[in-house]
Amino acid sequence: MDTSFRLFPDAASDMADQVDRLYFFLLAVSSFFTLLIFVLIVFFVLKYRRGAKVNRYLTPGKSVLALELTWSLIPLGLTMIMFGWGANLFLKLHDSPPDPIEINVLARRWFWRMQHSNGKREDQALHIPVGQPVKLRMISEDVIHSFYVPAFRVKQDVLPGRYTTLGFEPNKVGTFHLFCAEYCGDNHSGMKGQIIVMEPAEYAEWLQGGPSEAPEVAGKKLFEEYRCASCHTSPVNPRCPPLEGLYGRTVKLTDGRTVIADDDYLRRSIVDPAAEVVAGFQPIMPTFKGQLGEESIFALTAYLKTLEAPTPGAGQAGEAAIGDTPPSDTDSKEADSKEAGPEPAPSRDDEPRLPAAPSLDPPRDPSPPEPPSKENPAS
Amino acid sequence: MSTAELPKRHYLNADYNIWSWLLTTDHKRIGILYMISLTLFFFVGGAAAILFRVELLTPEADLVVSPTYNRLFTLHGVVMVFFFLVPSIPAVLGNFLIPMMIGARDLAFPRLNLLSWYLFMAGGLLAIWAIVRGGVDTGWTFYTPYSTTESNSQVMAMAVGVFVAGFSSILTGLNIIVTTHTMRTQGMTWFRLPLFVWAHYATSIIMVLGTPVLAISLVLIALERGLGIGVFDPKLGGDPLLFQHLFWFYSHPAVYIMILPSMAVVSEIIPCFSRKPIFGYKMIALSSVAIAVLGFLVWGHHMFVSGQSVFAGLIFSFLSMLVAIPSAVKVFNWTATLYKGSISLETPMLYALGFIGLFTLGGLTGLFLATLAVDVHVHDTYFIVAHFHYIMVGGAVMGYLGGIHFWWPKMTGRMYPEWWGRISAVIVFVGFNLTFFPQFVLGYLGMPRRYHIYPEEFQVLNVMSSAGASILGLGYLLPLCYLIWSLKYGKVAGPNPWKATGLEWTTPSPPSTFNFDEPPVVTEPAYNYPPLDDSSLPHETSDPTASTPS
Repeated sequence: MDTSFRLFPDAASDMADQVDRLYFFLLAVSSFFTLLIFVLIVFFVLKYRRGAKVNRYLTPGKSVLALELTWSLIPLGLTMIMFGWGANLFLKLHDSPPDPIEINVLARRWFWRMQHSNGKREDQALHIPVGQPVKLRMISEDVIHSFYVPAFRVKQDVLPGRYTTLGFEPNKVGTFHLFCAEYCGDNHSGMKGQIIVMEPAEYAEWLQGGPSEAPEVAGKKLFEEYRCASCHTSPVNPRCPPLEGLYGRTVKLTDGRTVIADDDYLRRSIVDPAAEVVAGFQPIMPTFKGQLGEESIFALTAYLKTLEAPTPGAGQAGEAAIGDTPPSDTDSKEADSKEAGPEPAPSRDDEPRLPAAPSLDPPRDPSPPEPPSKENPAS
Repeated sequence: MSTAELPKRHYLNADYNIWSWLLTTDHKRIGILYMISLTLFFFVGGAAAILFRVELLTPEADLVVSPTYNRLFTLHGVVMVFFFLVPSIPAVLGNFLIPMMIGARDLAFPRLNLLSWYLFMAGGLLAIWAIVRGGVDTGWTFYTPYSTTESNSQVMAMAVGVFVAGFSSILTGLNIIVTTHTMRTQGMTWFRLPLFVWAHYATSIIMVLGTPVLAISLVLIALERGLGIGVFDPKLGGDPLLFQHLFWFYSHPAVYIMILPSMAVVSEIIPCFSRKPIFGYKMIALSSVAIAVLGFLVWGHHMFVSGQSVFAGLIFSFLSMLVAIPSAVKVFNWTATLYKGSISLETPMLYALGFIGLFTLGGLTGLFLATLAVDVHVHDTYFIVAHFHYIMVGGAVMGYLGGIHFWWPKMTGRMYPEWWGRISAVIVFVGFNLTFFPQFVLGYLGMPRRYHIYPEEFQVLNVMSSAGASILGLGYLLPLCYLIWSLKYGKVAGPNPWKATGLEWTTPSPPSTFNFDEPPVVTEPAYNYPPLDDSSLPHETSDPTASTPS
């Protein structure tokens, strides 16, 4: 990192160059108007100073409407250009490029913890390869933080209780600042780190070094440790919605809403399972709030993502959890979206077997193989 | 003017004992009470600023440690925003002038007016108490969940203080609205109102509609801290962004509470020292209302990177662009007023011209922040700090000082030393730009706000900024000294030292308790400055047929 004095920041991503171009346009427009106003004021003050012998005669009745319209409409046009240009770039920033390197980021007072796809962790630093899109999935364990890399011209707040994402593609090798931009308490200005952009080969080598445990492996261990498997297992337990192939699907809830089973939904279902219950099931799952840190939840969801829907013939993903019985499908994508009753959603599978849920029956045994929680799971 | 004498009896000497001040219902005395308390708060907030500007001279934390620094900038923000900028012009000059400008004896609710000063003082003292008890470290924005679950400081006391002061703001707004509607003297139609009154009318609408939302957010903060109700706490199912929506729903319009009255002052000063009616009276009047209304629709531009939806970002960016138009119209109108005027650069005029310069820069940099992709980069950096200081401090404080200088002779009956006044205006302008212009550069470089330990490549610009702050501080101290001096030694001003139009200049300086012996009758539009062959302008050579635009 070059620490010498400068007047303009490093630009190390494609977005940086584009934002800079827009910035120069804004600079040009504002410099023009600032100069215009300054010059006019100084000129008028000098020329029409009290006592100066000048013609102060104003033609009466001259229409000022044209003038007023001109100086309203020209700024309006210019601001619309600014809006359009800025919005276009903003949308680009929020586009997800195909196949990004996905990295989990955990913010906590006062450090950044990064977890790479193979489970390698690092604090206060992020190693990434040049020329490849990166997508961060970020969450905070306490207050709001903000992930800010000036050299990439990107910034995104990191919230507690909800994932936010941030994508960028570095185009320059080097070391750049990472700042926390949202005030987060005493050591806010110490919550700094480095973004280290490397050649892809170097990065690959770096990624392999040091201890790491793939998050899905860690997640599987947690899944067993917390005895999730005792319900969410095969053959399908009629009280629990199946997890195989869940990730990315549309899920119908008891209250008639539908949600996409993304990272956020999986996370919420772990910490607040009673809030969004899958249609046809009872809210009997206990919460794991306070027992699982965000890193563990990262790991668990990583594991859940590996549980593929058992399509006929290929059921290789989850080793133990997926038995040979395909689960019923509680998906509601299209056919039954109007139907929100307490009945279990009719399975679209052509081989329905177990009733997908006991519907109105309260579970006879309210504590299926004890999860390590004493909270009352009832809603 | 030197031959004039002070009137024998006026509102200042009508009664001497302390209770006659503490129980007064005279809008002018209440304005003076506000002025004294605001001056106190201003220098408390300013002292904090000087302290942390000194800390920022070096990249390390060598003057104060982190918790102290965080309390200093919070103190600066809270005191300056809620106890100086928001009440400054409306409570001091608005209070003093609006009844006189519309030809009334007082505001519509004089006792409510006194109550609002007491509420303001109660809020202010609670804030000071919170500071003495250890201070607050949340920043003036009180963002959750930091303020509700993590901050181990006097958030409660401060929130209650701001809450109470908010009522003062609501009452002042209410009073001004009702006064403007019901107390105008004969002939004072809406479109003969001085622009000062128009802008305060618009400001009051914001105060009455917006401040309750701030109050609600503060109550929720208190409930959340005290009882853990969980509105903002994600652990309890709350939403931390909800607070930001509530907070900015007030606090963005609040920027216009600070800036509209300043524009009002400038709209009075420019015509007076150009000897011309203001250009585009109706456009300026209506643009104040337009700004007040649009100001309620743009709060989400504080939240482009907060995690609100992309779509919301687009809408708020678009609406924010629109606010630029009425603001630009005002700047062009003031500039056009100078054209073919007869301009003299007395102190108020210097402040007003300085205001236009700083407001133009602040307003134009606002466009950078409304532009989505650029805001993503500069949000929460020193670019923001520079921008809102240009608007809120450059704008509001220049307007406040300009207004104080302009109406000082009316308020006290005496002139200040003109030479010192001009010097102070120049020092403030130079010091201000030296302080805040480098911060735009710092912000684009990426220096986050609220950092006191920073990478060393930012040091040079920080040193420039701190140097500017010391000049600015001197610029603010000067008026304090010579204005106090003028109370005893200043030349007697006479009723209308600037030869300005406006009903307030038809009363003696200082005015009597009830302003007018007889209700005045208005027969002409505002700013009806005589044609430029005025005999007081000896070298005037204007065409005898000179006329002024309608």
